[in-house]
Amino acid sequence: MSRTAQLKSTAAVLEPRTLNEALEMRARAPDAMPLAGGTDVMVSLEAGVIDPPRFLNLWRLDALRKIEDTPAGGVRIGALCTYTSLGRSDLVLRHASVLIEAARTVGATQIQNRGTLGGNIVNASPAGDTLPVLLALDAVFELSSAERGARLVAAADFFLGYRQTALLPDELLIAIHLPARNADDHTHYRKVGTRLAQAISKVVLGARLRVVDGQVVEARIAWGSVGPVPMRSPSVEAALLGVPIDVDAEAKVAQDIRPIDDIRSTADYRQRVAENVLRSFLRSVVQTRS
Amino acid sequence: MILRFQVNATDVELDVLPMARLLDVLREDLRLTGSKEGCGEGECGACTVLIDGRAVNSCLVPVFQVAGAKVETVEGLASGLHGHERLHPVQAAFLEHGAAQCGICTPGFLVAAAELLAHTPHPTRLEVREALAGNLCRCTGYQKIVDAVANALGRQGS
Repeated sequence: MSRTAQLKSTAAVLEPRTLNEALEMRARAPDAMPLAGGTDVMVSLEAGVIDPPRFLNLWRLDALRKIEDTPAGGVRIGALCTYTSLGRSDLVLRHASVLIEAARTVGATQIQNRGTLGGNIVNASPAGDTLPVLLALDAVFELSSAERGARLVAAADFFLGYRQTALLPDELLIAIHLPARNADDHTHYRKVGTRLAQAISKVVLGARLRVVDGQVVEARIAWGSVGPVPMRSPSVEAALLGVPIDVDAEAKVAQDIRPIDDIRSTADYRQRVAENVLRSFLRSVVQTRS
Repeated sequence: MILRFQVNATDVELDVLPMARLLDVLREDLRLTGSKEGCGEGECGACTVLIDGRAVNSCLVPVFQVAGAKVETVEGLASGLHGHERLHPVQAAFLEHGAAQCGICTPGFLVAAAELLAHTPHPTRLEVREALAGNLCRCTGYQKIVDAVANALGRQGS
């Protein structure tokens, strides 16, 4: 595997200094691939999976690193926030500690120092660790273009197919909005991989149950790595709604997921483990409340 | 492009392709071959360097993104002039604890440990294991590595 620095990608780089410049360049140069921390892009580039003629460097746009309260009582997280910076944010801890749990399982320190929440979203891998959590928290993505300005798309409407998203060719993902946290919410993140660190997941569960007077009034169950996209689990959610917590709701999991055999696991294993991690979460909620 | 940044407290100016990997520029252009290539995809940590004090996989950093930044490699851990170097405490601890076997992973471990010790001088074993989770040792000499890092700055706590 010999290589020299001067023989690798000859792609050029566009260097916007402001968000507006970045959006204008995005519109004018749709062949320029957006680049942030590089933890996904550089792997694909090295493997020859991608070979764009140029890149649009977003890494210097500090305006996209803010984490702030929203008037609605939630939090707005700039798309360039790294997994490390999420873990160090009191605001994120207060609003969405479950997102920090997920961020701490992405790769390890070296990846968490460079990888961004926005990158995880637009890369749209079915195994993206934070994506089931964002679905469970009813996250809303702020997309922007030079021509039309900003628009909001719910996480549930963003992932359209295998690595296909609602992001249009002239748009950039600017921020992630999380709604106000509810005191009655039980949230949960569970990643199953070959080892704790550095592993790409076999099954990911992101969940949120709002329980009032022993009844589930809101249910969000979302999966990663068990289908072509990170996905909500409508049959399980419906089975949980309006009743005392039913730990047998796991029987509905098979109706919602579409796991495959691949290099990391088998469809059978994934379905069994998905059912198990769901049951484990539901039991923990019952125990917390009793 | 002409790129200016700092490596181990020395200013450098190089003519590079912007998307070249920082790892290749360090090894090939600057002949700093302490940083190793293991996997080339951010799994093994053998190429770990610090950018502005943060540990990163240099195989995943396009070099143009370090413009104006301070890069530290394993070559910069020891201080003092050639022949009279004073080892970084974590290097001394690796020697004392026998924490290197074949040695390929060692530079990455040392740099990742240096970042941890800069923030957390007396880490618990759990903190050490978390901070080094992105570094693989295929001789599986982890116990001695954890011993060395946990005790590098004097033993405190567990």
